[in-house]
Formats: sequence, C-alpha cells, structure tokens
Amino acid sequence: MKILVAIKQVPERDAQVRVAADGRSIDEGDAAWTINEPDAYALEEALQLKEREGSGEVIVLCAGPERAASTIREALAKGADRAIHIVTAEEGAESLAARDTLGVAALLAEAAKAESPDLILTGLQSDDLGAGQTGVVLAELLGVPHATLIMQVERTASGIKVKRELEDGWFQHVEMPLPALLTIQSGGNRLRYATLMGIKKARSKETQTVEAGAATAAVAEIVKVYPPERVKRTEMLTGSADEIAAKIVEKLKFEVKVL
Amino acid sequence: MSVLVVMEQKSGSGWNRMSFEALAAGQKLAADLGVTCSAAVVGAAESIAPLAQELGDKKLETVWAAGHTLLTQYTADAWCAALEQLIAEAKPQYVVFPHTYQVRDFAPALATRFKQVLISDVTAVHDGPVFVRQWMQGKLNADYRHAGEGVCLVSVQAGTFRADTVESGSAQVKEFAPQIDAAQIRTTPGEPFREAAQTVDLTAAPVIVSVGRGIGEQENLGIVEELAQALGAEIAASRPICDNGWLPMERQVGSSGQTVAPKLYLAVGISGAIQHLVGMKGAKTVIAINKDPDAPIFEIADIGVVGDLFEIVPALTKAIKG
Repeated sequence: MKILVAIKQVPERDAQVRVAADGRSIDEGDAAWTINEPDAYALEEALQLKEREGSGEVIVLCAGPERAASTIREALAKGADRAIHIVTAEEGAESLAARDTLGVAALLAEAAKAESPDLILTGLQSDDLGAGQTGVVLAELLGVPHATLIMQVERTASGIKVKRELEDGWFQHVEMPLPALLTIQSGGNRLRYATLMGIKKARSKETQTVEAGAATAAVAEIVKVYPPERVKRTEMLTGSADEIAAKIVEKLKFEVKVL
Repeated sequence: MSVLVVMEQKSGSGWNRMSFEALAAGQKLAADLGVTCSAAVVGAAESIAPLAQELGDKKLETVWAAGHTLLTQYTADAWCAALEQLIAEAKPQYVVFPHTYQVRDFAPALATRFKQVLISDVTAVHDGPVFVRQWMQGKLNADYRHAGEGVCLVSVQAGTFRADTVESGSAQVKEFAPQIDAAQIRTTPGEPFREAAQTVDLTAAPVIVSVGRGIGEQENLGIVEELAQALGAEIAASRPICDNGWLPMERQVGSSGQTVAPKLYLAVGISGAIQHLVGMKGAKTVIAINKDPDAPIFEIADIGVVGDLFEIVPALTKAIKG
C-alpha cells in the first residue's frame, strides 16, 4: 500500500509566541519548530500499517518554507521512505501563513495527485492554527472518501475499516474503499523515536522539492492577531512554595470549603 | 441576505444540545446584520419532523426539514449533498453550525464545494461581522473576516453562546427533499459503541485534581496522586497524559473525555487548550498551577500560581495533611 502522510511544521508547544509586526501573523524570528503532534500520530499509523502489511511505501508530504526541511528529515529518520517538500516563500503573500485552508489543501492536492496513493493520512488539526480542516478539504479536492478523528485503521478485503472517535467516550467503525483520506486523532498508538540507525539512513533518502504554486486570495481573511484579554479576575498567589501552599489551604477551608 | 443555522440531531434520538447555542449565535448574527434567521434539520424525514415542529416557536423565518432515507445515519457524503442543495435553495449569506465532531467531519468539505473555507471553532462574534478563533492552543486570538461574495460558513465553539438566550417567536416549517443517490455515499458507518463499561464517573466528583503535560514523566505522577489522596479527590488528566497511557482514557477531561463540574478543580501543569477547557469550565472554583504565566488556563482560573509544580504540589500536600 502506498501511503502519503501530510505533515506540518509548527512552533514548539512551550515556545513563547509573539505577534509579528504586521499584527496578523506569528513572529517566526525566535520560534523553535517541530512536527505538528497529531501529524506525528498520522506518521506513526502509516509506519505501523506498512510494518503490518510487510510491504508498501510511506511518503511524507510537507508544505512550508526552507526551515520545514528539519521536520521532514525527522520523519525520514523515524522510517518514512521518501519525502516531498512543497517549498513556500518565507514571508509575504506567497508564504504558507498567507494561504487559507483551501489554498494549502490545493498545494497538497497537486502533489498528491501526481503520486496517486492508496491512502492519505494527516493529523486531525494543527497545533498552531487549529482549524482542523486541511485533511477533509484535501479529500474533497481529490474526490476521495474520508473519515476524521481516527484511532485505528484496519485493512479489509474491499478497502479499510477505521475506528472513529465520537464525543463523550463513544466510538464508531466506518468502512470505505481505497483510495481514501483519514485524519488521525492522537493516542491511537505510541509514538516512536528516531533511532541512530534511522537518522543515518535518512541521509540517503530522497526528498523531492517542488516550488509552491502561486497563492490565490484568501476567502477567510485574518484581520488581527492578539493575546486574549483576561475575562476572569484570577487571584494570583505568590511567595515561597510553603507560603503558597498555606494560602491555598486557607482558601480551601474558608472559601471553597472542601477541607 | 439571511442566516441559516444547521441544527444537529442524533440519528432520531433527539438534539445535540450544542445546536441551541448555534441557534442563539445565528439569531444574534442575523439581528446585528438586520436580516432574518432560519434553521435546518437534516435526517430521516420521520425522525426530524417532530424536531422541526419543535422549532416552530422560535424566532425564525423558516425551519427547513431536509429529510431523506439516506440521511437516516450520518455520512459526510449524504450530509454534504443535502446541505449543498439546501444552501443553493435558501441562499443564506451566513451558515452557522455547532462545532461538533460531526460538523468537523463534513463542514470543511461542504465549504470547499462553494470554494469557501469554514471559519471553525469560533469563540466570539463581533461587529462586522468579525469571527474570533484561537491560535496556538489559546495563547493568541485571531480575528477573521469573510472576503468576497460567496456564502460564509462558521462553526461556534461549545459554551460561546448560551442556549437559554434563543429567542421565541414563530416560524414556518418547510419540507425540503434533497436529491441523494445511494451511489454517492462512499462510506459505511457502523453503530456507535463504547469501550468496556466506564468504571470511573468523574462527573459526580466534588473535588478533582487534574494533571497535564507539565508533569513531564510518568514517574512524576506520584506527587499528584498524593495530593489527590490528601484532598479526597478523584484524579483526572488532560488528553496527552491519557494518550501516553500514563492514566486510563476514562480519567480524561475535555471534549473527547468527560465533562465535569466539581466544587473544586485543581489543574496541575495543564496549559488549558480549548478542548480541555470545554470539559471543566463548569467547575465552581478552579485553581491552576503552571510554570507558564501566559497559559490559557489562567484565563478561567479563580486562583492561579505561576511556579514550579514540583515544589508547590508536595508543599500543598504537606500543608493539607497539617
């Protein structure tokens, strides 16, 4: 089975994020970058599917500026066979950030069509913008069936059977023919680390770079980005650990009344 | 120009209650724009008829009952087909959805059919209209505006609008018969199921100590367990802790886990991504301990401590034990 995994490079979770000078994007100057966590689960699912089948190919697809190459290398070190990097401009109208979901999915669709994979996997949402749509839009552009929030994937005689997460602890199985697209939920598998051998092997793996096509005007336009206002007045406690502990105990006794 | 709210029902077993929050959002948006608001219910004709009637006493222009036997069970393909046709018929300028798992599954594809992008998971609507979304797991807000002439699709986050603010009035119920062909439906859904019976009911716990990514390693969980024990509390967690298998999935609080409303929710090392907050913001008192002063959990916490949980948690356990 030929599996395409669409991944995104995002700022690290604990990174300090600042609004860029244009007031409409994230300041990339001092960010540290990593693979979007749900995409790491998508990659893991793809690698395990290939291992279970004993054959096949896992291709990583990533749209982003030059810096995304480090995240692609990491995916290759974990076991992907080869990669396609759609290189977008660092900044301005042709950058990844300036394209809306439809624009980004169109970039991915073009590269995916050329590969005609049996299965496309991606994370259910990105940790940075959190729109949770790229996978579904990509499926629609490619004209393939899809399912979202997937925890498990099984091969069947006629295609695949997946376990889809619903709300409040419910699940459902969904069957569909291939080719298909799935957006993967976290927690279905344990993530692997890249081994030294994997890192070494990754050096000889192929990354095809493709220049991104011209951006079209975004239909969902970003007006302004800003830190949220505190709506609630939070009483912040300060002091040494023991002082803070004593203050909390006071509150638990006399205000919250749980002690 | 008008606003259309797409309500969600559960295969004939009643409403998804978030639908009424979307309805409140749609009514308010319509009032701000000075236009009318309508609602739509999608499903098997016989099961949605009573639901559509129920909306007859709301302040709406039309309640569309989009019924078809191929809409008996949810599939993205059938929902997209039905709603694509309904939008073409009703011609709304704005379509509002509750941000449910089901909407996440089909609404982006539906938007694509109109060459649009769903503005998803909206946490506020301001004049313009400007739709507010969260970036970076709640560390930033982003204001979005719809550009161009086409229809604008928006989904609203749970808890953003209040279901009890839905305005009463009267509405005409219209049946709408979409053309759907069985061959268009490419996926075969199974019946919803639960894993082994849940043994932990966090919803009834008066005191919850909840742990997140900040704990770092599984071996560090002990200090949080000791605190929970000292407080007589149930222990809970945010999703990454359960994803890692450090605590069972049934102890997860958030949109994919349990929704709790205890007297006290003590959040340890939880940054407060929106998927977690929707599961616990009903708590009477929230105390948050986190090293990051910008963590979104502090936006909803009553009492906050910016500091090292590895110092504060053991000190607190000791102080509680007296």
